[in-house]
Amino acid sequence: MKRIIYSEIDGNSKPFYALAALLGAFVLAALASAFYMEHYGHYVTGMNNQVVWGMPHVFAFFLIIASSGALNVASIGTVFGKKIYKPLGRLSGLLAIALLLGGLTILVLDLGRPDRLIVAMLNYNFKSIFAWNIFLYVGFIAVIALYVWLQMERRMNRFARLAGTLAFFWRLVLTTGTGSILGFLVAREAYDSAIMAPLFIAMSFSFGLAAYLLVLMAICRGTGRELGDTVILRMGRLLGVFVGSVLYLTAIQHLANIYAAQHAGVERFILLDGGIFTSLFWIGQVFIGGLLPLLLVYRTPKQNLQRGVAIASALVIAGGFAQLYVLIVGGQSYPLNLFPGMEVSSSFFDGAVATYAPSLPEVGLGLGGVALAGLIILVGIKVLRFLPTTLANAAIDPHHEVTTGRP
Amino acid sequence: MSRKTDNTQTQESPDFDPQRRSFLGAMATAAGLTLAPGVILYSITKSQPTEARELYAAVSSDVRWGMLIDLGRCESGCDDCVSACAKENGLRGHGRPTTDAQWIRKVDIKDPQTGNSKSLPMLCQHCENPPCVDVCPTGASFKRADGIVLVDKHTCIGCRYCMMACPYKARSFVHEVLEDQKSFAPRGKGTVESCTLCVHRIDSDRLPACVEACSDTGGGAMLFGDLNNPDSEISKRVAKYASQQIRADLGLKPGIRYRNL
Ligand code: SF4
Ligand code: SF4
Repeated sequence: MKRIIYSEIDGNSKPFYALAALLGAFVLAALASAFYMEHYGHYVTGMNNQVVWGMPHVFAFFLIIASSGALNVASIGTVFGKKIYKPLGRLSGLLAIALLLGGLTILVLDLGRPDRLIVAMLNYNFKSIFAWNIFLYVGFIAVIALYVWLQMERRMNRFARLAGTLAFFWRLVLTTGTGSILGFLVAREAYDSAIMAPLFIAMSFSFGLAAYLLVLMAICRGTGRELGDTVILRMGRLLGVFVGSVLYLTAIQHLANIYAAQHAGVERFILLDGGIFTSLFWIGQVFIGGLLPLLLVYRTPKQNLQRGVAIASALVIAGGFAQLYVLIVGGQSYPLNLFPGMEVSSSFFDGAVATYAPSLPEVGLGLGGVALAGLIILVGIKVLRFLPTTLANAAIDPHHEVTTGRP
Repeated sequence: MSRKTDNTQTQESPDFDPQRRSFLGAMATAAGLTLAPGVILYSITKSQPTEARELYAAVSSDVRWGMLIDLGRCESGCDDCVSACAKENGLRGHGRPTTDAQWIRKVDIKDPQTGNSKSLPMLCQHCENPPCVDVCPTGASFKRADGIVLVDKHTCIGCRYCMMACPYKARSFVHEVLEDQKSFAPRGKGTVESCTLCVHRIDSDRLPACVEACSDTGGGAMLFGDLNNPDSEISKRVAKYASQQIRADLGLKPGIRYRNL
């Protein structure tokens, strides 16, 4: 195998600045949305006293979950010593940091009092899983930064594996923590399940790898760096495994809930008669985000491999949004069960399915978080050496047959 | 000093803690300065957050305030408790039912098998193990020593995690700009709030507004008092008659109990 050479992207091109400007515009739109929500109060959004977490949280959860999954590629290379993944590790660290910052920014800007962020930094309730997560997130960024630095600094390379291992375990804890934000809510039937933590880990693997694949392919295409089928084939297969695990754990999540008689109501709601949530579950999450990508990664003919995997990744991401929407918004829309077995009504919507329609500022805020992540990646690859100059088959695979005629 | 610990007005409270009064005093001071709601509110705490906390902490844990609500006396359609609360605490709707705050609400329940129906007031249950307090990242949700669960409006960042955690839907998020606030019930756009058990009244030996209204013009269904004092009317009644906590299975030990549920 040749020695891997990393380099910054050139980035002095029109398309580069056009893309940066576009992403910047989305970030500005998100700031404007946040200001608008803050100025008038949250009644201008679709969120209310029944659905207290809405579209911003769907985006934020998605980005945070995907962030820890994006680091997978680095872990496989360093922790599990798979050589072919090695050259991909740095970008994986950058992507993880970018996605996490995008997600956290959304969460903060959606707060009722984002101006009090400093209050949140100074007052910690250590019983709160939310407060724990703040530490986990900050630590995660620090660990990845260290890991990437150790990789970039040749003299320090030998410590990279240690940092990679640390990041790997940190990542597992972090995703467990994120899942527990919902999993600890005993009163909400949709979330009260031990499966939430492993499910979130599987989701993170799947969404994170899908995001990584898309970003990698986009950068290589945009900069004209060669990207061989070997890498894409491997990662595509891996994506298939992750997508399968999410489907499997989702099945267990719902089956277990159906057997717990108390939770039969909320299951019926999600799976059968929850309207938009039922459609999103079956069509969005299961079909578009699960079965279709599986088919694509395992059945795409060789000559169309890259396109097949790219489409599969996009579908996984779309399905992921559907899944989180069903989980977060659907879970809150189903009424709290204060009087089991009774018909309940009140002026505060007790016993009634809540209504929620995402508003433009919420979507704007969410998209802004995604754009911020994109912007961080764009700047990152321009100023630092995150990407190998080539990912051609022969360059990265030690076992690659010399059939191409190249050495 | 005579202290009304429940609405039968028979109780003497020997352990009355004068510092409770100073809490009220602090609130009144805050009141005087609250000319521009929201803005001023914030600056007040900025100057004395710890003081306010100490005052809260000075409340005695010998007391456990609670309520016993008798559904046999609670009529469907009567909402005297609800309007009294709104008047007392300055809650005004904006004609937007999904986002308007409700600290106390009437809930009608019906057994689909028998057709039997009841009506009851639902408010923050002032849980002994409040999940809202457990999950709050900043510690803005807190429980006073006497069992009253409150939100510190100055450290609440408006994340709404407590609303996700409360099984009783007792909390509301302030979704819009407020005007004409009551000095003793500070509220603020972007923060979460819920029934305070009329802590300002309790601290000056008065009954919560809902309880007062219920006995004045309603059915007299609500009994307020100290569950820790075996001689209080409420303690005697809960000892004598069967009463229930809503969702007792969750183990939160609410301070609000219901009879004839
Ligand atoms: S009823 Fe809800 S808001 Fe009140 S103490 Fe219990 S959990 Fe907290
Ligand atoms: S909304 Fe306020 S009181 Fe509720 S959990 Fe968040 S910071 Fe705490």
